[in-house]
Amino acid sequence: MSVRVGVVVFPGSNCDRDTTHALAMAGAEPVELWHEQASLEGVAAVVLPGGFAYGDYLRAGVIARFSPVMRAVGAFAAEGGLVLGICNGFQVLAEAGLVPGALLRNRGLRFLGRDVHIAAERLDTPFTHALAAAGQPLRMPIAHGEGCYFADDPSLDALERDSQVLFRYVDADGRRAGTDDRAANPNGSLRAIAGVISGNGNVAGLMPHPERAAEAVLGSEDGAGIIRSLVDSAARAASGETAVAVGAG
Amino acid sequence: MSTHRFAVNVTPKPGILDPQGRAVEGSLGHLGIDGVSAVRVGRRVEMTVDAADEPSARAIVERLASELLANPLIESYAIESVAGASSTVGEPGG
Repeated sequence: MSVRVGVVVFPGSNCDRDTTHALAMAGAEPVELWHEQASLEGVAAVVLPGGFAYGDYLRAGVIARFSPVMRAVGAFAAEGGLVLGICNGFQVLAEAGLVPGALLRNRGLRFLGRDVHIAAERLDTPFTHALAAAGQPLRMPIAHGEGCYFADDPSLDALERDSQVLFRYVDADGRRAGTDDRAANPNGSLRAIAGVISGNGNVAGLMPHPERAAEAVLGSEDGAGIIRSLVDSAARAASGETAVAVGAG
Repeated sequence: MSTHRFAVNVTPKPGILDPQGRAVEGSLGHLGIDGVSAVRVGRRVEMTVDAADEPSARAIVERLASELLANPLIESYAIESVAGASSTVGEPGG
């Protein structure tokens, strides 16, 4: 029986269908979870998809943070449940304080829709263990106006020390992008951070879209490993196993 | 009960890059204006609050500002009373 993975649908979500498709391709049974429901229907993992929840009014992700479904997601995460936020979903997780940091307006002020490369810093997480190798460039699209990762310097140092930087923007050869490298790190994220993981390793968010790069017909399959990792970890969690050995490096 | 009008001014914290502020600064030359620097673009949210008294109303706004209107990681806020818009509704026992 395939594992049930929830996909939260906010008013303004627009990657929920892409995400359910990618999850199904990876062998999961996707379950759409409407923002007004307070139950997660017993799913083994939750994905917060991309889009513009509640119109991104005030700040991207902040209104969504207070929805009934997010209270349930917060409780689920507190019990060790697996949660992945993609793009707007990452913004929601950051606003909810489930992952560290904030996503600011892109440095260049423009909405950016284009391919980037990211690399996983660690493979010992529920979101990356099926990837071939750490540091390998993965090509997938970004589509956001507020994707510039920010935390203050002491927080950034703590993230590095605790191995909570999960993905970084890199060039096509896998070299880490600089903060001011607009080619490889187009939104100007500090320390080229594209994705982070919570301290206890069960919640992660990233700005690029692995679900839009999860099969050859989409032009890249590089995101499939992230989706596969999540589905596999969810299946293990559903069968009562520990997802994977996680914890600060 | 009384009615109070407030404004919450939300601004990017010092040290937070404010690309909108930079863009505004960048346009000043086109206007022939110089001598203006450190432009910061924020947001002003106005609201009317019904509460027992002014301190209770302000406490509600404080909670709204800190939990929703500003993200404490990146923004500061200041609450101000908007003059002339407050009134006390005569309500027995209120």
